[in-house]
Amino acid sequence: MDYSILVGGAAGQGLDTLANILEKILKRCGFYVFTHRDYMSRVRGGHNFTQIRFSDKEVYSFKDQVDLILALNKESFILHKDRLKEDGIIISHEELEADNFIKLPLKEIKNKIKNPKVLNIVGMGAILKYFGLPLDIGKEVLESSFKKKYLEDNMLALLAGYDLIEAKYKLPTFKDKNIIISGNKALALGAIAAGCKFYCGYPMTPSTSILTYISSKANEMGIVVDQVEDEIAALNMALGASFAGVRAMTASSGGGFALMVEALSFAGILEVPVVIVNAQRVGPATGMATRTEQSDLRFVIHAGHGEFPRMVIALRDPEDAFYQTARAFNISDKYQMPVIILTDLYLADYSKTIKPFDFSSISIERYIDKEVGGRYKKYEITESGISRRIIPGKIEGQIVLGDSHEHDECGHITEDPDLRTKMVLKRMRKLEALEQEVEEPWLIGNEEAENLIVCWGSTYGAVKEAVDRLNEEGLSIGALVFGDIWPFPTNKLMKLGKRAKTIIDIEQNATGQLDSIIREKTPFGADYKILKFNGRPFSGDEVYSRLKSILG
Amino acid sequence: MADRYELHEPSWCPGCGNYMIRTALKMALEELNIKPHEVVIVSGIGQAAKMPHYISVNGFNGLHGRAIPPAIGIKMANKDLHVIVESGDGDTYGEGGNHFIHGIRRNIDIAHFVHNNQIYGLTKGQASPTTAMGQITTLQFDGVKVEPLNPLALALTMGAGFVARGFSGDIPHLVGLMKEAIKYKGYALVDILQPCVVWNRVNTFSWYKNRVYHLPESYDYTNKEEAMKKALEFGDRIPIGILYKVEKETYLDRFDFIKEGPPLVDVELNPLDAERLMEEFR
Ligand SMILES: Cc1ncc(C[n+]2csc(CCOP(=O)(O)OP(=O)(O)O)c2C)c(N)n1
Ligand SMILES: [Mg+2]
Repeated sequence: MDYSILVGGAAGQGLDTLANILEKILKRCGFYVFTHRDYMSRVRGGHNFTQIRFSDKEVYSFKDQVDLILALNKESFILHKDRLKEDGIIISHEELEADNFIKLPLKEIKNKIKNPKVLNIVGMGAILKYFGLPLDIGKEVLESSFKKKYLEDNMLALLAGYDLIEAKYKLPTFKDKNIIISGNKALALGAIAAGCKFYCGYPMTPSTSILTYISSKANEMGIVVDQVEDEIAALNMALGASFAGVRAMTASSGGGFALMVEALSFAGILEVPVVIVNAQRVGPATGMATRTEQSDLRFVIHAGHGEFPRMVIALRDPEDAFYQTARAFNISDKYQMPVIILTDLYLADYSKTIKPFDFSSISIERYIDKEVGGRYKKYEITESGISRRIIPGKIEGQIVLGDSHEHDECGHITEDPDLRTKMVLKRMRKLEALEQEVEEPWLIGNEEAENLIVCWGSTYGAVKEAVDRLNEEGLSIGALVFGDIWPFPTNKLMKLGKRAKTIIDIEQNATGQLDSIIREKTPFGADYKILKFNGRPFSGDEVYSRLKSILG
Repeated sequence: MADRYELHEPSWCPGCGNYMIRTALKMALEELNIKPHEVVIVSGIGQAAKMPHYISVNGFNGLHGRAIPPAIGIKMANKDLHVIVESGDGDTYGEGGNHFIHGIRRNIDIAHFVHNNQIYGLTKGQASPTTAMGQITTLQFDGVKVEPLNPLALALTMGAGFVARGFSGDIPHLVGLMKEAIKYKGYALVDILQPCVVWNRVNTFSWYKNRVYHLPESYDYTNKEEAMKKALEFGDRIPIGILYKVEKETYLDRFDFIKEGPPLVDVELNPLDAERLMEEFR
């Protein structure tokens, strides 16, 4: 069982509301759900669509073909009709020339329900009926989704839609054990669980939903959220808050991250922890604001003048987003080092059913000293490169001096050549322990594979589906999906790379940035690259067929 | 151990106004009975911005132009700390102009001491945003071609609740201003006229000395129109003192959990506190 529904319309037609309700109904029916959102950078009009896939088995990607299209405007039909399966249907209130077409009687609906905005929910009622899904669960989710004054009209709409068509399927339901969450909300929840108490940012798609989500919980959770004047302020402010002892985070997309770069370098020499999210979108410059890409990998690894240690973690799916974000705070605190989280628009917005997060598995490790003997030195030269950390104002008689210049152990400006050398080495030494701690990439498929795929971040889902399918078909194929990506973990790659006959790099950029890192850090390099940079994410189907065309 | 305000040997030029400002700062802190660990001096880059290195308090010597954002972060994280920003005119009104403007909008409780020598000192004499029109500098060979910025008037129009001007050559007066600014609940700007003995041959010690005068006792610093007039007075005579001071709600007061709770930095962290947020995703 594996069905896909595509809902298309213009911005402002209630597509988001519909998708959020429908995915939840499907989840409550016990299905595994995957919702991919495709939208334009405009407030009204244009063409947006959402694809909801559900199955009795876990799903990791969206499908190229769909079983049902709900077209809230004509354009949705024209653009997507070729993706409809042969036995699929189209539901719309528009006059369309299609075979399997069910027309929503707009006039009748308008007579029955005063509110013209409920057309989307009428469509949803029809969808539930089509698949033979229980109306009760639909009602239950509606009740928790709408304010009282809108609820009645929407209930009427649901029933109207439900009565409109005949059921084609009678799908079984299962016990619902999951949550459904988007990448950005999972990331934000991970930060909150980790005790992030200071979040500042400037709106920029696709990072804005992190800002919005944390802001919506700010009072309840006691988090300061500041919409700053610019991203330069954002990172500098987060560093101030962290210097004073609270966990701080900021997020932006590539353009905003570019504005933070001077402060990133500052974080390196200041040796104050901070977590920075770059939710990538299409570049360069403004690029395509609502389209996805993985083209900032090299940028975030190297961003910042001078040389200093950092960690870069790429998120692979919403579950990973939660746990890795929480972990990023511990690493940042431990090494007093900036940790950059890389996500992208696709993962930021797609939602997926996953096991509920295990909050009890999250640990908060601060590495803060409550007392010090002698005089405190913020930049004491140690074997590990990590100096003790105290919080300014907390120990009588001790002061903390953080500095953006090269400095001595106490933080005072220095131009001494020996001290300079020692301080650079001290900072860089932190990488030695971190390199032991970085997590190896996830392995999908066959460990002894002849064909080895390398990829990173959000392509995980599509690659997983493709690799699983190809293995079932008898191909010898495995994939390494990098999450921790700087310092670059090489152990698993060294092992698998030696065995593999063919290495295939899959990335959403034009230059194969991961491949270039592999070439820098290991004796290997990709024989083939599957690259995509048109702003649209890979589906599992697409990766499957592109791999097939290489592997025959 | 830093239980009193030790001073460290500065790299400022002999005769620089920064020495006097530092003396005044030390006196102000001592007279207010603030201990070195209870205060953080935040600065950007420039000669003025080296202050945290020359007086032993908590210090955050950040990037050029970027003193205000971390100062805000520090104060939000620990409301118990006294936060003082010390930076130059270039740092504050030039590179950091955007933060200056938006910092005022927040009205966060920090004292901001701008060492205004009307020149870029550290980088050797280029015009700053407060250098006079027409002034010849090491870069503007035939004179500055843009109007100077008026920081006090700008602060007033942005709604700052505490706007003052001091002069590094009048230490007792400056100590008074600094104490008032530190005690003030909200954002307090003190623009301090300071001769640069090397790079500004126009606005010298005697140039300032001959012009500054104390605002009279009878001056009503709660009158914004009067304050604006005084802010615009920058020529043959320059008023020093508190131009404007009113009580305003501060940024911190707008966050109930900070206003009523402990400093953010003292909040115990527990991941399980966030578990209930997962309900909406079920
Ligand atoms: C991003 C950046 N741009 C430029 C500089 C160079 N710079 C350092 S201080 C300064 C101007 C300092 O002038 P001011 O703030 O008035 O301080 P003063 O030295 O006069 O006290 C400049 C341009 C820098 N350090 N960083
Ligand atoms: Mg200056």
